[in-house]
Amino acid sequence: MGQTIAEKIFDRHLVDKPFRDVCVISLDAVFCHEITTPVAINDLAARNKDRVFDASKIKAVIDHVTPAKDSKTAMQGKILRDWARRHSIRDFFDIGRNGVCHALFPEKGFVRPGYTIIMGDSHTCTHGAFGAFAAGVGSTDLEVGILKGVCSFKKPDSIKINIAGTPPSGVYAKDIILALIARIGVNGATNAVMEFSGEVVDHMDMDQRMTLCNMAVEAGATSGICVPDMHTVDYLWPFIEKDFSSKQAALKAYQVYCPDDDAVYRDQMDFHVSDLEPQVTFGFRPDQVKTVSEMAGTKIDQVYIGSCTNGRFQDLAVAAAILKNKKIDDSVRCIVSPATPDIYTRALESGIIRIFMDAGFCVTNPTCGACLGMSNGILADGEVCASTTNRNFNGRMGRGGMVHLMSPATAAASALTGRITSAADC
Amino acid sequence: MKQFNGKVLFLDRSDINTDEIIPAKYLTEITKQALKPYLLEDLFLEGFDPQTDIKGCSVVVSRDNFGCGSSREHAPWAFEVNGIHMVIASGFARIFHQNMFNCGMMAVELEDQVIDTLFQTFAGKETRVEVDLNQFLFTFTSGSLVKKIEFTLSDFALSLVKAGGWVEFADKNY
Ligand code: SF4
Repeated sequence: MGQTIAEKIFDRHLVDKPFRDVCVISLDAVFCHEITTPVAINDLAARNKDRVFDASKIKAVIDHVTPAKDSKTAMQGKILRDWARRHSIRDFFDIGRNGVCHALFPEKGFVRPGYTIIMGDSHTCTHGAFGAFAAGVGSTDLEVGILKGVCSFKKPDSIKINIAGTPPSGVYAKDIILALIARIGVNGATNAVMEFSGEVVDHMDMDQRMTLCNMAVEAGATSGICVPDMHTVDYLWPFIEKDFSSKQAALKAYQVYCPDDDAVYRDQMDFHVSDLEPQVTFGFRPDQVKTVSEMAGTKIDQVYIGSCTNGRFQDLAVAAAILKNKKIDDSVRCIVSPATPDIYTRALESGIIRIFMDAGFCVTNPTCGACLGMSNGILADGEVCASTTNRNFNGRMGRGGMVHLMSPATAAASALTGRITSAADC
Repeated sequence: MKQFNGKVLFLDRSDINTDEIIPAKYLTEITKQALKPYLLEDLFLEGFDPQTDIKGCSVVVSRDNFGCGSSREHAPWAFEVNGIHMVIASGFARIFHQNMFNCGMMAVELEDQVIDTLFQTFAGKETRVEVDLNQFLFTFTSGSLVKKIEFTLSDFALSLVKAGGWVEFADKNY
């Protein structure tokens, strides 16, 4: 019987099947950040098990609140930092070199097709863009991952999503995934892997695929996953060129993770995007989505461009193209957080940062920032934010605030008017 | 093994997310106990007041997709330190579901219609539930009203509950 990508990866990593339907798999990487890891670290110490299974497979970053904003967040950073030193975890990224985990770790070459990855962060599904099985877990799973290098999962079903057509200009990966979540619902993919394929995905670069996979969890999915292809190899080439004689050879090796034609899926769906319009959320659930034209004119107080969904170079470039030689509206305040130092540097060198600043944006250091309302960019009660992030839950960006999720293009266009605005109208 | 019997808190809405269970601003806490006062602080639900309604409860009964959103295990912990060791709902988000059992607690799924019946029969009344893990049977009681409801748990889930959580289980086996 044919296999899906996830099934192939599970087969190659299976350590134990303690019960029917439960797979304990070995992990190729365990990613850590300063919010969910310190509790795991402290618990390991309390159990007298302050060890790591393999320091070279653990990657850690301080990204959610950086620089630390108070004594408590300073302590979270310190616990992670001391732990990384104590266990000689070389890939630890502290302030100055840190960035949003799901943008930073791919950029450092830590993700490969066929890998199994966990992190105490629900958007770990982002890394499925590389053809990896990457899942968010809680601190206890993380703790066992750190200690033993294994994690348990129900063998996941996959949902094959064929994205077909040609997206109209001005429609981005963010619009596609928002429309898809609206169709599937916030729990339509629970306990499943969303396997993205089709001509639209084939043409997407890795940044766009990461945007797509990033929001798989908003439909309840365990992971999003894309078939590894030449885009994947091109992105990874600086990190793998020593391992392969040519890009073709790398591609061939990675293609063992392509799904079989006769693979069995929980569900298969075609999603046509040729007539898709830019999308935006309107409520407190990510599946409450309308077109930007339906929502146009909605008053906003803040614009936020950044996050693991849309804080990458292309996202900034798209927004800057709209903002060039223009000013944001007086009624709105605007923040951009390049997701990593590398993205920041490239944006600086290519003049993008200058465009943002001339337009009236505040440019922050790489951080999760406003996305989860823990450090900067918090909304006051009753305020509204046009945001390129991935969650619009009630209170997410501050108690009483409302978040409208959208693409960087729509966010930039909205910055110019102080109202939700289609980029086509700029 | 944890204690699962006790008073029921009914939360009548689908998609109650982990931001509502414990807002991100409290994720700076590094002890479970510190989360205690903030459980369900951002859940705005008619007739529900976290200040008064949580106290004394041991079990939550809710609707579909409970615990969606962030992976924060602070959500199960916030329940745990308030003495709530079990959530019964018509559906769960995967990570929250796993986190509950990883902590030796229970997240039990029941059919929509059964949950409907529970809400119709007991919501708004002082209700207790007793759990029989040998016969997989809940007994809901409110005054003279009694309802027995069967449930299922996977073998894995049950062994995590019995072991006290995933760290204990994994440490013994891997
Ligand atoms: S940017 Fe937002 S969603 Fe992404 S990891 Fe940070 S807090 Fe989570």
